[in-house]
Order: sequence, then structure tokens, then C-alpha cells
Amino acid sequence: MGEEVKLFRSWSSPFALRIVWALEIKGIEYEAVFEDLSNKSPLLLQYNPVHKKVPILVHNGRPIAESFVILEYIDETWKQVPLLPEDPYERAMARFWAKFCDDKVLTSIWSAFIKQGKEQEEALVAAAENLKFLEKEMKGKKFFGGERIGYVDIVLGWLANLVSIFEEIVGLKIVDERKFPLLYSWMQDFAEAPIIRDNCPPRDKMIVKFKALLDAAIASSSSSSK
Amino acid sequence: MADEIILLDFLPSIFGMRVRVALAEKGLMYEYREQDLWNKSPLLLEMNPVHKKIPVLIHNGKPICESTIIVQYIDEVWKDKSPLLPADPYERAQARFWADYIDKKLYDLGKKITLTKGEEQDTRKREFLDFLKLLEGELGDKPFFGGENFGFVDVSLVAFSSRFYAYESFGNFSIEAECPKLIAWTKRCMERESVSSSLLDPQKVHDFVAGMRRRYGVE
Repeated sequence: MGEEVKLFRSWSSPFALRIVWALEIKGIEYEAVFEDLSNKSPLLLQYNPVHKKVPILVHNGRPIAESFVILEYIDETWKQVPLLPEDPYERAMARFWAKFCDDKVLTSIWSAFIKQGKEQEEALVAAAENLKFLEKEMKGKKFFGGERIGYVDIVLGWLANLVSIFEEIVGLKIVDERKFPLLYSWMQDFAEAPIIRDNCPPRDKMIVKFKALLDAAIASSSSSSK
Repeated sequence: MADEIILLDFLPSIFGMRVRVALAEKGLMYEYREQDLWNKSPLLLEMNPVHKKIPVLIHNGKPICESTIIVQYIDEVWKDKSPLLPADPYERAQARFWADYIDKKLYDLGKKITLTKGEEQDTRKREFLDFLKLLEGELGDKPFFGGENFGFVDVSLVAFSSRFYAYESFGNFSIEAECPKLIAWTKRCMERESVSSSLLDPQKVHDFVAGMRRRYGVE
């Protein structure tokens, strides 16, 4: 039985990276299709007509979009190295924290990076509030998944490599080791895990990309009248 | 061993209605506790310290938050009756995709209709109707989004129908005129006891939204 697994991704999308990590952790063979998001392929638009985004997993010709949806699909289809816990309550908690990561942590940290002045200050305060909840949730575990990397770790994984890039570009501390010791140590452990370390976009390229995004954001906010 | 199920909720809440529908589909007995969202109870703050929002399901003392997550939890724990998600992983992924899209868009689209006027409101109405048309396309000729059976996407969407009268009234437009298939679907859903007993009467929802408009100074 031939399994055909394709992942439509870009070189830097943190959402697509989640799927790379999941596939690698489970040892699933796949073909990566790199998209230039400024010039989307007809195939991408055909497979994800609703959002027109990456990642898209195409399994035996059938597309699945949205990283959380793809992760659960992968976990249900390839049962080795489970990402989500078995117990329904623990699963609900994992889904809760994953949603919190994207809805609150990611948005506040992104704002702390991309905004200036008062908006940035407020974003930093919001980010710290959100990180406090994550710090508490770590509860002395090595990973959010326990002894090994799980669903929440994969969803939050961008924190482990993107935050230091943001901090370097704007010269601000977003995840202070003294305030968030457990989270900080999780970031090191996660980034150093072999599968993660071997599947991260090059740091220098990321710095160039995000610096350009920040410059564009600053230019457009100073040219618009308030 | 009897299960203790408590639902912290707010009658006009679309998100709360989803959980009520899911509990009813599974034939579960539970204690409903209406919350005052402008004066939040210690229990709500204790059970949902992160978001401080309803709905919260408390099952044998343990809280679960976020309506879509609660519905999946209910479906997984009481899996032998009226399954809401299909068995096949690909079908499940499609159901989760559409439920996620409805979650991301529809509440804000509808809310904006009720809180705007004039040209801005016209734009909001257009966006709202376009979204409903997209959902109609997804429904196709099936009786429910879940196919022959009432399912996860149906649960995610049906509660919004309790707000349609409010949207139409404050937006001065007819949803049925542009989306007849979707309205037919809402009527089909309302024939189910789980839905008709869980959704708040549209007039009461309308009056609640009217109150919110006054609160936000739209009137």
C-alpha cells in the first residue's frame, strides 16, 4: 500500500514547522513542497481555497488545512509516538493550552515585537500575563507533554526559536529567565531536542526576514496619519 | 457511580448553547448555573482563571473551558451515544476545519452588524451573507453538515440561528432571501429536541442584543 504524504510549507512559517516536527517525531515519510507565499501555486489554491495558506497536508491526494486540524489528523492516522494524551480530560487540557498559545501568547508576543511606543508597552504587559499561565502549567514537567515532546510543545515550539530572534532585533527581553525559569528552561530543552534542532529554519535568514517585516511595519505606521 | 455535571453558562450565549445542545444530544443530566457576566462569581473565576468566561463544564469537579473543546470532550467521554464527530480521521479533520472556521469568523461578523450603522453596516452585512453562502456550499444537498446525522459542525453553527432575528432586525435585511438552504437547515435542526430545548428564544436574544447596543451607545 503506497502512502503518499505531502506537506505544503514555506521555509519560515512557524505553523508549517509544527507539521514538520510532528511528521519527523512519528517517523512518517513525506515530501515537502516549498511555496513562495508571495506567488502561491495553483495547487496550493486548489488544496486550500478557503484560507489560501500553508501548511497543507495532502495524504493520498486528500488535503487537510489548519495546523491544529492537521496535527490531530496525523495523531489519529499514525498512532506511533502519540502526541495527544489518551485520557479525555488531559486531551481537553492539551487542546485548551494549544488554543491559548495561538490566541493569546502568540498574538501578544507578536504585538510586542511589531508595535512601538505605548502599544508595545501594553503588549509586553499582556505577554507577561500570558506567560505566567504557561509557567504555572509547566508544573515541574520537562515538557508540556510530560517526559517527551507532545502536542502543546509542538504548538508552542515557535517560542523556543522565534522569541530570541525577536529579542535580538528589538533589543528587548520578552521571556525573562528570572521571571519565567521553567519556561526558559523548556525553551532550551525543546530547541536542543534532536528532531527540533535539525528541523529549524536558519537563524540568520530568519533575522533578515523579521527585521524586514518590522521595518515595513514601522514605515507604514509612521506614514499613516493618526 | 453517578457523574456530576455542572454547566456555568449565560442564556443568550451562542457558545453556551453549543454545550447545551451537545449535553442534550447525549441525554445527559446536569445542573445549569446562570452566571452574571458583569459580576463574575468566585466559582467562575476559580474554574476559568485564564479567560474568566463561560461556558465552563465542570465534570466531577474538574473544569473544561472553551465551547469547541468542551463539545469534543463530551463526545469523547460519552462516546457510545449520538457521536458528533465521524469515525473516519479525514472526515473528522474536515469537521474540525469547518468548526474552526465558524469559530474564527461568524461571531465577530454577526456582532459587527449589530454594532454598526449606515455604510459600515452594509459592508458587514455583505461579509456575513458571503460567509453564510460559503457554509451553504459546504452543506450542499446533505440534510446536516454531518451528512445524514446531526454532527459536530451542526452543533458549532446552529446556536447562531438564535441570533438571526436580531441580526435581521438591527441590520434591516433578510437572511432567508439570500441563504434559503441554510435557513431550511436551521429549521431541520430545530425539529430536534436537543436544539429546540437548548437555544434561547430569538425574541429574548433580540432583547438582549438591544440591551448591548444601548450599553455600547449604538442606539
